[in-house]
Amino acid sequence: MTLTATPTLIATEALTKRYANGVAALSDLTVGVEPGIVGLVGANGAGKSTLIKILLGLLPPTAGRVRVLGLDPKTDAAQVRSRVGYMPEHDCLPPDLAAAEFVTHMARISGLPRTAARERASEALRHVGLYEERYRQIGGYSTGMKQRVKLAQALVHDPDLLLLDEPTNGLDPAGREAMLVLIHRIGTEFGISVVVCSHLLGEVERICDSLIAIDAGHLLRADRISAMTEARDVLVVEVAEGTDELVARLGGLGLQIAREGHAVLVPLLDDATYDQIVGAVAELDLPLHRLDQRRHRVAELFAGGEQRDNRAGGEQRDNRAGGEQRDNRAGGEQRDNRAGGEQRDNRAGGEQRDNRAGGEQRGNSAATPVDAVDPGGRP
Amino acid sequence: MTVETNGVIHDIGYQRYTGPRLGRAYAVRSLYSHGLRTAFGLGRSAKAKVFPWIVVGLITLVAAVITAIRSQTGEVVVSYWEFPEGISLLVILFCAVVAPELVSRDLRGGVLPLYFSRPLTRWDYALAKYAALVSAVFLLLAGPQLLMFVGAAFSVEGMSAVWHEFGDFARGLSVTGVYAVTFAALAIVVASLAGRRAVAAALIVALFLVTTPIFGVLMGIAYSGSETGELTGQSLKLSQLAGLVSPMTLVSGVGRWWFATDNSVGPYGPLYGLVALAIVVVCVLLLLLRYRKVAR
Repeated sequence: MTLTATPTLIATEALTKRYANGVAALSDLTVGVEPGIVGLVGANGAGKSTLIKILLGLLPPTAGRVRVLGLDPKTDAAQVRSRVGYMPEHDCLPPDLAAAEFVTHMARISGLPRTAARERASEALRHVGLYEERYRQIGGYSTGMKQRVKLAQALVHDPDLLLLDEPTNGLDPAGREAMLVLIHRIGTEFGISVVVCSHLLGEVERICDSLIAIDAGHLLRADRISAMTEARDVLVVEVAEGTDELVARLGGLGLQIAREGHAVLVPLLDDATYDQIVGAVAELDLPLHRLDQRRHRVAELFAGGEQRDNRAGGEQRDNRAGGEQRDNRAGGEQRDNRAGGEQRDNRAGGEQRDNRAGGEQRGNSAATPVDAVDPGGRP
Repeated sequence: MTVETNGVIHDIGYQRYTGPRLGRAYAVRSLYSHGLRTAFGLGRSAKAKVFPWIVVGLITLVAAVITAIRSQTGEVVVSYWEFPEGISLLVILFCAVVAPELVSRDLRGGVLPLYFSRPLTRWDYALAKYAALVSAVFLLLAGPQLLMFVGAAFSVEGMSAVWHEFGDFARGLSVTGVYAVTFAALAIVVASLAGRRAVAAALIVALFLVTTPIFGVLMGIAYSGSETGELTGQSLKLSQLAGLVSPMTLVSGVGRWWFATDNSVGPYGPLYGLVALAIVVVCVLLLLLRYRKVAR
């Protein structure tokens, strides 16, 4: 599915960028994006920053067409830039200015009259949580605070579109979380469309409405998150022994069983599926190691691309951590699920099926086999 | 959630901006005025104010002394157009400190992408910074001259004398303009090539001062053949052309061409003007070239 619905936030058509040294940063990229929070994911060097620079009209594309907010950044660069806010990946702040002074200055460069610039600078700094510290010199700020100033200067002129290049770069887990929450707020409450560039899929998938995945300049996939994640809900069951018996028993109940290493995968039809599994395990008197709902991670959808990237293990861990944290942010429905699950787990003898709790459990028992799909435990 | 418990983000609604968005010209003006303020350390830390205002103070002091001597003795020690030449060393130091403040800081801090992602273009940026430095140098020199003029206007008698004084003042300003345009062009180009402010400052001072001894040597050669201190023929020609080798003497040569009654640049005045103009044009082109590609 391509996102060609109106109104289109960003539309590219066979967009190609080849640098003078022959490196093809983008090749034949055709994508359409609806307003909302859009994740732009890809490994380092996949072409994310190049795409952003083209969207800003800072780089001319070699071939193809691009439209941002219905404008062509090549010919209407000034107009596009006055309606777009850009947060670069790298350090971009003068250390010896106060944040308020700097953001005010940037607001004026964006075309806001003096008084409005000062007011909106204070507002922007308040929204990113730096109101109290706004008269301090930026040089004395922590990395997290600097990232917020970068965000504030991108936000100060009230753009219709924010382009954020690796906004969580260099932040600790709490800082990342705060930044993601902030971006989510901007996208939902402020009504500003956001493109979040990241090489950490797990991070952006939690806050985005849609995702664009690119790899080596090619489009891997562009779709709404909901379309990517709705596909399947699977329960992963693991027992220390007697897997075959369990498969036979569950098969006898009419469930479509699949095996994956030590794990048994059972499609989750409704809550009764839990009861069936727990009942089967109890009747067979098997030591249950794990019963959890496999959260369908967007990462799996890009598995092909990731293998090509040869991504680092650390990144994968991040993806997983993202998935776990998603539980924290999940709506009432999921929380209900979890609560229900815990009750069921109690009946099954203290084993918990919750992803995070399960991870901790597995971490505690050394004998637990590590399954291939979700190698348990947080780092 | 982590964020909400430590109270970093306050939940007050966001308001869209519906006011006017002034375009590119306003952005350039804003950058220019910001640059001009930066030059004198306004809106910045006390530390950033120290040096510019020491220079301003020294130059004002010189002007005040000149004015005081004139009001006491009625003698014009230094005329307006000679004033910038007399204090050109301070002007060079001012350029060496302010030009890196204007451009090297942005290069080093990586601030440029923030500018270039706004309605401003790269060339707008470069020219606004150059204009800010020109204005800063001009103000640095024109302010004390205004003091001298006001002092003189009170000490001379009659309207026509004041008017004549004003003519002299205007001459001084025109030479000041040449100083500002030339010195700023050289300083800003050098500064735009160095990310570190200290390096940029050293390079600027070097550019101006390293060439001065060459001028001294040439003048020494010119005078070496002369017993009486009177120059003739080749050595006169050499002394008249020697000023071209150094920015300091070049610009003062332009002033001499316009207003001096002596023979220090001889028939080569226009050449001085032409070389100064060429330097400004080349520097501005280099500056634009520099900012055509610079990424951060």
